[in-house]
Amino acid sequence: MTMATQPRAAGLRGWLLDPSPASTWQARAQRGYLGWVGFRANPIAMTGFVIVAALLLAAAFAPWITATDGLTPNLGARLLPPSAEHWLGTDQLGRDIFDRIVWGSRITLYIVILVSIIVAPIGLAVGTIAGYAGGWVDAVLMRIVDIFLAFPRLILALAFVAALGAGIENAVLAIALTTWSPYARIARAEVLTIRKSDFIVAAEAQGASTFRIIRRHVVPLCLASVIVRLTLDMAGIILTAAGLGFLGLGAQPPLPEWGAMISTGRQFLLDQWWVPTAPGAAIFLVSLGFCLLGDGLRDVLDPKSASA
Amino acid sequence: MTPEKPLVEVEDLHVSFRTPHGRVEAVRGVSFTLGRERLGIVGESGSGKSQTGRAILGLTARNGRIDAKRMTFDGIDILKASPRTLRKIRGARISMIMQDPRFSLNPVVKVGEQIAEAYAIHAKASRRVSRRRALEMLETVQIRDPEKVFHLYPHQVSGGMGQRVMIAMMLIPEPDVLIADEPTSALDVTVQMQVLALLDDMVRDRGMGLVLISHDLHLVASFCDRVIVMYGGRIMEVLEAGRLHEAQHPYTRGLLECLPSLDRRQEMLPVLDRDPAWMTEARR
Amino acid sequence: MTDRTSAAASGGFPAAPRALKATAGAVLSLVLTFLGLTAVTFVIGRVMPADPVLAVVGDRASEEAYQRVFLEMGLDKPLYEQYLRYLGQILTGDFGTSIMTTRPVTEDILRFFPATLELATLATLAGCLIGIPMGVWAAVNQGRWIDHVVRVLGLAGYSVPVFWLGMVGLLIFYGNLGWVGGPGRIDIYYDGIVDDVTGVILIDSALQGEWEIFWNAVSHLILPASVLGLYALAYIARMTRSFMLDQLGQEYILAARIKGASEFSVIWRHAFRNVLVQLITIIGLTYASLLEGSVLTETVFAWPGIGQYITTSLFNADMNAVLGGTVVVGICFVGINMLSDLLYRLADPRARA
Repeated sequence: MTMATQPRAAGLRGWLLDPSPASTWQARAQRGYLGWVGFRANPIAMTGFVIVAALLLAAAFAPWITATDGLTPNLGARLLPPSAEHWLGTDQLGRDIFDRIVWGSRITLYIVILVSIIVAPIGLAVGTIAGYAGGWVDAVLMRIVDIFLAFPRLILALAFVAALGAGIENAVLAIALTTWSPYARIARAEVLTIRKSDFIVAAEAQGASTFRIIRRHVVPLCLASVIVRLTLDMAGIILTAAGLGFLGLGAQPPLPEWGAMISTGRQFLLDQWWVPTAPGAAIFLVSLGFCLLGDGLRDVLDPKSASA
Repeated sequence: MTPEKPLVEVEDLHVSFRTPHGRVEAVRGVSFTLGRERLGIVGESGSGKSQTGRAILGLTARNGRIDAKRMTFDGIDILKASPRTLRKIRGARISMIMQDPRFSLNPVVKVGEQIAEAYAIHAKASRRVSRRRALEMLETVQIRDPEKVFHLYPHQVSGGMGQRVMIAMMLIPEPDVLIADEPTSALDVTVQMQVLALLDDMVRDRGMGLVLISHDLHLVASFCDRVIVMYGGRIMEVLEAGRLHEAQHPYTRGLLECLPSLDRRQEMLPVLDRDPAWMTEARR
Repeated sequence: MTDRTSAAASGGFPAAPRALKATAGAVLSLVLTFLGLTAVTFVIGRVMPADPVLAVVGDRASEEAYQRVFLEMGLDKPLYEQYLRYLGQILTGDFGTSIMTTRPVTEDILRFFPATLELATLATLAGCLIGIPMGVWAAVNQGRWIDHVVRVLGLAGYSVPVFWLGMVGLLIFYGNLGWVGGPGRIDIYYDGIVDDVTGVILIDSALQGEWEIFWNAVSHLILPASVLGLYALAYIARMTRSFMLDQLGQEYILAARIKGASEFSVIWRHAFRNVLVQLITIIGLTYASLLEGSVLTETVFAWPGIGQYITTSLFNADMNAVLGGTVVVGICFVGINMLSDLLYRLADPRARA
């Protein structure tokens, strides 16, 4: 192996590449930077990143990107094909489809974020408790996790929403209920791995409470796996949400939820194909983006399980 | 040693691999010949000894490139040989046993069947004949209950038994040359002795040429007639086994001195001092 | 995906032979999951709605119908007793009556299920027959075009909304090209001519010699089966490729080559045999998810299967039908996964012995 003697770079980059970091904060920043560099080198991951970034930007800057609010009907311009004025045409109520898709990105993001903040903490909590406590607590909790894991996601979400009534929040709840189990498993696996480690024993010897240990030591270690898994899962979450929307169980009209747009546009499939096709393409693209991003993140954060 | 034509001739062998980090050279200009004798190749990890063995069989990985002035087996040019020719040679004329039977045996096939397959490929015999030969071979490698072991799966077999199965599998087609790549490194010490003794007998009985690749200098010296010392993809020195103490190259001397000995009084174990010049200089 | 495989029981009984242990564990898991599933549907059906009886009889029912169902459901009894009653009903195949069809839900399900099974089976079969060789081919020719195709296909298959893909297929192959039959299982004027023996039109019409109907059914079947088949293929090919790459890098493959085995033998008799075991789980997962996804795809193709039954019941607020369908599909889903898991354990000598 050759010994590379690089000249010390100046400024921020030098600080980020300094082989002997002076503080925890610097070490963390360095790790983040190196991770970013590795990530950037992967074209597939970058494509995913770009797509997801585009989604975020579209959602954030929707008022500036769109000409209309995507909700008000304009019956004089019904079912127009894609043109310079309407990039993706108009739907049966004369609303610009491109605008609706952009506004719909907010709904998609809303659903994805909401599901994530429900699912990750619950999964982590259940998993770490089960792993840390062991014994019959572990056995019972894992049985519950396994049962939920075996459930068919879409069908149960469907039945759930059927009972509670249609709406975004209910759809989110339904999806969350069927998505949390894998995270419990991940958390538990991590906890079991490190539970007997010396540094945990040392923390215990210093009198740290179990809760503190879990919060400050165990959770950060699980975080990487959880993040990777979450990103990969987002594709599935988006598809399930779209499916529910397609069945009319998600966001209600006139909200421009992509799945619902496909459903209402379906009758126009043969003659005005752009009406149901465009939202579906959006779903496809965003789903793909999260998949690619998740793959890339996995290679960076969790190289042990890198894909073939 | 009868002065006959050497079985294996290697001249200026280069093996390199294409990796995401650029081209990595594993073997850089290795030359030697092998007759019906025992040749040992000693080196540390990364010295290129295993890759040399694989190159002889034409089994370098797909992203690897082999270059040599000459590489022949019994007159057949291995570099230019067609895949068909190579397949005919492998097993029947040259064979190789590897380090860990847990990984080098197919996990979902019974061990006996795997031995039988090695026979059937070249003898083109029926299943019944191959099975019988396999059972005979299991006896030859001193496995006590051949019938029972035949039907076991690799994960059910202990390390030492697994290596015997490997030996049986690779020697059943009766090759002329055997390459043994760290055959005992994964075994317990007592089992090592047994397996080596078995190998010794079989190689002698069949008059085979043997290439023993290992990191264990003493083992190689006691087992082989000649020893090649490799470092960084090159040959540092070639010695007769009996004259190891006359080694000239500082690397070999360093290796010898690093090994603890019951006869010599030592206060501290010396650490090998690596001279970067060894990576670039030619063989002495 | 590995979560599902490890979801099956990891045993815990002492020294029973492995196969027995595995089966017992799987059965226990199945029972527990069944209980869990029915508990969830119970909660959804009885506990969650404001008025569970109304959800079952509909808001146009008479007072006496309301009372009847009220007593039937045992709503005057404590919750756990209600659950046991519910469980008992399910175990005897009683899912209540559908508002929509006014028939027992069980009868409806039996009528519609074959259509769904037809699609799922054909699609999985196509996925295997084409996907497996593709995956092997891609792994053996790593870096070449087929490898890239399989990777891209796998990725796309994972991210595409299948129901949308079906729609696009309808648009192109039916709307624009006119190559295949449209939505529905058969043209309307053929409906009802063939006697319903197995529930599978292809078989029934062939048995009765009604070839015109047979071909008509084929033309309607081919698009949904192809779309779903493509979806199955993408996943199966991707996983096969992944598994094969894994195996081809193993030492025993090198050993096989050293023995002088032919390339064909190395790929199929050595590497693939190790892959086959893992593929069992994948195929099971594919089949199960196709069953589950029928809820969406059958809507697009107006395919009269259980998926469409559930969604139509949904729109009609027909609780019994929705839950009945959910339980049945849920059980099939769970059952198939557990079965494939069990098969895996039995087939892999390392897990077996």
